[in-house]
Amino acid sequence: MKSRELLLALIIAGLVGLVATRFPGFARPANLAAVLNDTAILIVLALGQMAVILTKCIDLSVAANLALNGMVVAMLNAAYPGIPIPALMLLALVLGAALGAVNGLMVWKLDIPPIVATLGTLTIYRGAIFLLSGGAWVNAHEMSPAFKALPRASLAGLPVLTWIAIVAVLAVWLVLTRTPLGRAFYAVGGNPNAAVYTGIDVGRTRCAAFVLAGALAGVCGYLWVARYAVAYVDIAGGFELDVIAACVIGGVSIAGGIGSVGGAILGALFLGVIKNALPVVDISPFWQLAISGSAIIAAVAFNARAERTRGRVILKSAEHA
Amino acid sequence: MTEARRIPDHLESRTSRLLKSWEALLLALAVAIFVANSLASPYFLNPWNLSDATFNFTEKAMIAFPMALLIVAGEIDLSVAAIIALASTAMGAALQLGAGTPALVATGLGTGLLCGAFNGLLVTRLGLPSIVATIGTMSLFRGIAFIVLGDQAYTGYPESFAWFGQGYVAWVISAEFVLFWILAALFGVLLHRTSLGRAVYAIGNNPTAALFSGIRVARVKFLLFLMTGLLSGLAAVCLTSRLGSTRPSIALGWELEIVTMVVLGGVSILGGSGSIPGVVIAAFVLGMVTFGLGLLNVPGIVMSIFVGLLLIAVIALPRLAARLWPRSRHA
Amino acid sequence: MLLNPVSDAPTPGVAGPAPVLALDGIAKSFPGVKALDGVRLELHRGEVTALVGENGAGKSTIVKILTGIYQPDAGEILLDGTPVRLPTPHAAAAAGVTAIHQETVLFDDLSVAENIFLGHAPRTRLGLIDWPALTARAREMLARVGAEIDPKARLRDLGIASKHLVAVARALSIDARVVIMDEPTAALSHKEIAELYDLVERLKAEGKAILFISHKFDEIFRIADRYTVFRDGRFIGAGRMAEVSEAELVRLMVGRPIDAIFPKRTTEPGDEILRVVGYSHPTEFDGVDFSLRRGEILGFYGLVGAGRSELMQALFGVTRPSRGVVRIDGEIAVIRSPAAAIARGIVYVPEDRGQQGAIRAMPIFQNVTLPSLHRTSRRGFLRLAEEFRLAREYTSRLDLRAAALDQEVGQLSGGNQQKVVIAKWLATRPRVIILDEPTKGIDIGSKAAVHAFMAELASQGLAVIMVSSEIPEILGMSDRVIVMREGRIVGEYPRAGLTPERLVRAAAGIGGTAPTTATDRRAPGARP
Repeated sequence: MKSRELLLALIIAGLVGLVATRFPGFARPANLAAVLNDTAILIVLALGQMAVILTKCIDLSVAANLALNGMVVAMLNAAYPGIPIPALMLLALVLGAALGAVNGLMVWKLDIPPIVATLGTLTIYRGAIFLLSGGAWVNAHEMSPAFKALPRASLAGLPVLTWIAIVAVLAVWLVLTRTPLGRAFYAVGGNPNAAVYTGIDVGRTRCAAFVLAGALAGVCGYLWVARYAVAYVDIAGGFELDVIAACVIGGVSIAGGIGSVGGAILGALFLGVIKNALPVVDISPFWQLAISGSAIIAAVAFNARAERTRGRVILKSAEHA
Repeated sequence: MTEARRIPDHLESRTSRLLKSWEALLLALAVAIFVANSLASPYFLNPWNLSDATFNFTEKAMIAFPMALLIVAGEIDLSVAAIIALASTAMGAALQLGAGTPALVATGLGTGLLCGAFNGLLVTRLGLPSIVATIGTMSLFRGIAFIVLGDQAYTGYPESFAWFGQGYVAWVISAEFVLFWILAALFGVLLHRTSLGRAVYAIGNNPTAALFSGIRVARVKFLLFLMTGLLSGLAAVCLTSRLGSTRPSIALGWELEIVTMVVLGGVSILGGSGSIPGVVIAAFVLGMVTFGLGLLNVPGIVMSIFVGLLLIAVIALPRLAARLWPRSRHA
Repeated sequence: MLLNPVSDAPTPGVAGPAPVLALDGIAKSFPGVKALDGVRLELHRGEVTALVGENGAGKSTIVKILTGIYQPDAGEILLDGTPVRLPTPHAAAAAGVTAIHQETVLFDDLSVAENIFLGHAPRTRLGLIDWPALTARAREMLARVGAEIDPKARLRDLGIASKHLVAVARALSIDARVVIMDEPTAALSHKEIAELYDLVERLKAEGKAILFISHKFDEIFRIADRYTVFRDGRFIGAGRMAEVSEAELVRLMVGRPIDAIFPKRTTEPGDEILRVVGYSHPTEFDGVDFSLRRGEILGFYGLVGAGRSELMQALFGVTRPSRGVVRIDGEIAVIRSPAAAIARGIVYVPEDRGQQGAIRAMPIFQNVTLPSLHRTSRRGFLRLAEEFRLAREYTSRLDLRAAALDQEVGQLSGGNQQKVVIAKWLATRPRVIILDEPTKGIDIGSKAAVHAFMAELASQGLAVIMVSSEIPEILGMSDRVIVMREGRIVGEYPRAGLTPERLVRAAAGIGGTAPTTATDRRAPGARP
């Protein structure tokens, strides 16, 4: 496990170094911080998706969840600029959690396969944005200055957006490594039958994972519309695939039970570095999709080799071969 | 043990089995939607409008058929829409080189086939889980289309090429509609009447037992990915011909609509069960819903709310019913 | 309330302390099946109680009730005399009841320490998991079971015997009072089994009450203090092991005396049908030479992990050998897939019948015809009438009990599912049939039926390879026996004059210095 993350970190460092040979500015701390900031939302979403994938599920609706929440807070802010921003963020978190709970309950109580459930909610949540906004956009000038400024505000040298990501990372890391619920995520995905024997409620654990993913998506909804200063129906369209890609590249196994916070972060950073490096080396951004696709395939192939249970080595002579 | 106890062939009569099936439920739903639509809008029963409605689903259904087989076998291919984009781009590129209609069609089909082969190799040779492998190829294939075309478009397809997507065989029956039925029949026979189809069900239910029973699991799966790729290429031909142009963003999001069509048709996403007639009916259901709502001027994105709700309802209701009224299984 | 058994079954020794766990009048039904009908069971501190019964007697159902997976429809569960309810596995664990199953129910990708403490990890004051304490306590538990395992190791990297030890350590960690062991020695080597017996003694000394489920009589007589017999979901009898004989136990189990005599084999083996030369695999076996004749039953004996199943699966085309030649009826056969093997007349009935043998969700007739579709179909198109005909022919030969041929196999009883699997293979008209542990986990009555059937197949000219780890079966059924150890053939013996000791020593590598000696490895076909 650890070696895989090390390898990925080296690859990322290598990429940065490669770009820096022609454009030394790329590797400067200020620029790296900017890349980190740009990737912050992807990191937070990847953490949530990782929790879901750990339990042997998948959530295709995260981007729609994000977009819906973004529109809600944007519209609220445009109509009532007086609402304190932290309150809006909290609302987004709670609403996102509720949307995630819808997924979780379908999987838990109705036994609907996660891919089908989230395929359904994906379109429902997106459509709901239209119903809510009537197709209208919320533009930058309609948002209050405080609304837009928060992610950019500098705190000890780093933007608040990056700090929020750091807090999210720490929180999820704590949950996954130090709480029974977090360990239950691993257990449920690793061996659902055995998990029942240890007293874990598989359905409830999966539901909790979806709630977590939804809550994080909700918060990211605010962050997205505030950072890009616009809200409309199609924001973050297709982003759920980037999120899954980040997890896969980061070593999270689609079969469940395997994955780490560090891996998810590195996976997201890999995609973030590529996205930011391309314009610098003057490669058209149209290359981004193909590159991330190739990275996914390579990562999955690597995962598959690492996960393959070794066949029994019976011959003594072959043991040390 | 001297008396010969003859075990009957079938548990229930054929009609009984038919009536209790998912397809029957879906058919009832289709009829209900048809009736509702006819009542809701006076334009619905117009033959030309109905014919236009079929374009809503024919191209997707072409891919839904092989996709159904793939899902029954326990795999999935999320790159089909990207294959359409890449095949369309290849056709556009061929167009620039002066290719005529036959060559264009061959390019489209060939690209689809190659993409399908690539997917097949990833899954059967490298052993990658198909869901993530095809998420990867989805980005890769469309990514290549973007690299080639950027934000440009290819236009200027020859007249004869337009027949596929815009032509009519007779009266209101479009070429695509005929193609749809031909493929439905072909895949229906393939899944339900051939050894290959039996192998597909076996693999989807228990791949290990299937392998140990002599089924060439890897070969069958590879073939299924080839078919999915090929038919994505065919859909690309039809779609490009209908639109008369190629953009890398063509068919965006179609993979999820195709999976929806398949699951709505009664194919279990977990593999091992499902039928082509179900997918056919599901195609009509989805087509009528989108067309009917379109006549009522419902925007596309709201339509997809209906589709999402329909998908969930159709999966959830039988499960809810089973919980509320548990049936005992025969011993 | 103390239980005072008043019944017409033999009364257990009532003298002595009250049982730790007592079940009385437990009943459990499923749609169409009465799994348990008013059974009783008592487990005492520091004693091992063997639960004996044929397959379908209700043993696994009672285990599931004790571990909180099922709820009884009627009856009481008494813990130290107090009635309790065990509505969930968690409740059962909290009550101090744990189980160790044949396959470990643990988590391969978590560490040993975490596996021991999952669900009840020590916490810090803030409610977070206290990892240092967890690791230290895990070390303690492992020491108590005598295991030299690193608590931080990943479970996936351990062998099955070590995994069992981790499971026992887990039982100790929840301070279990009752430890249920369900066929724990199924996959263990001799040495590991001896270690397990030591462990059981240790648990007894600590005062645990142990429920031991096993089909191996020698095992039961070795470590059990008491016995309880179930048959067809009913309590038949209980008592002290010292006061009962093996024959008596069998009679209670089966309800009728069963001769442990194997079917008489009268036909002489015919000419050679299979010859394997220099067959090797990079990691699983090396230099395998043997031959097989028509009408012969060739037994393959060895410890678990000797490479027998791996050899057979390579012969069947599931895996690829690195070198070697296989000749069938004199012709060289290159077998790269099960389909190719079947086409050449070699079929393989795997050990894991449920997973690898039948496709439960598919109808009977489709299961039976699956490897034979090329014969029932015409140019790739299915012909259902032909399929039903074929299925009828072979299922009636085996006297299959089912409601209809298009019934799902999963709805049949275990024995009938087995019949479907055998019918499937017979329908391919094989020349060589490889049976991997054909009677593993099967009760005595059905064992006899399978043996009779094997003898029948051989007398019809089929060549049979039987991989088995049960010495009586090997000695009773085989014409010749090949012993494997660590991937190599270490001995080949004709049946006449072969003793269990010879087999065990060869398999374990004890005694002789060289793995094979000239006298032990006779040329195929030579007479003793």
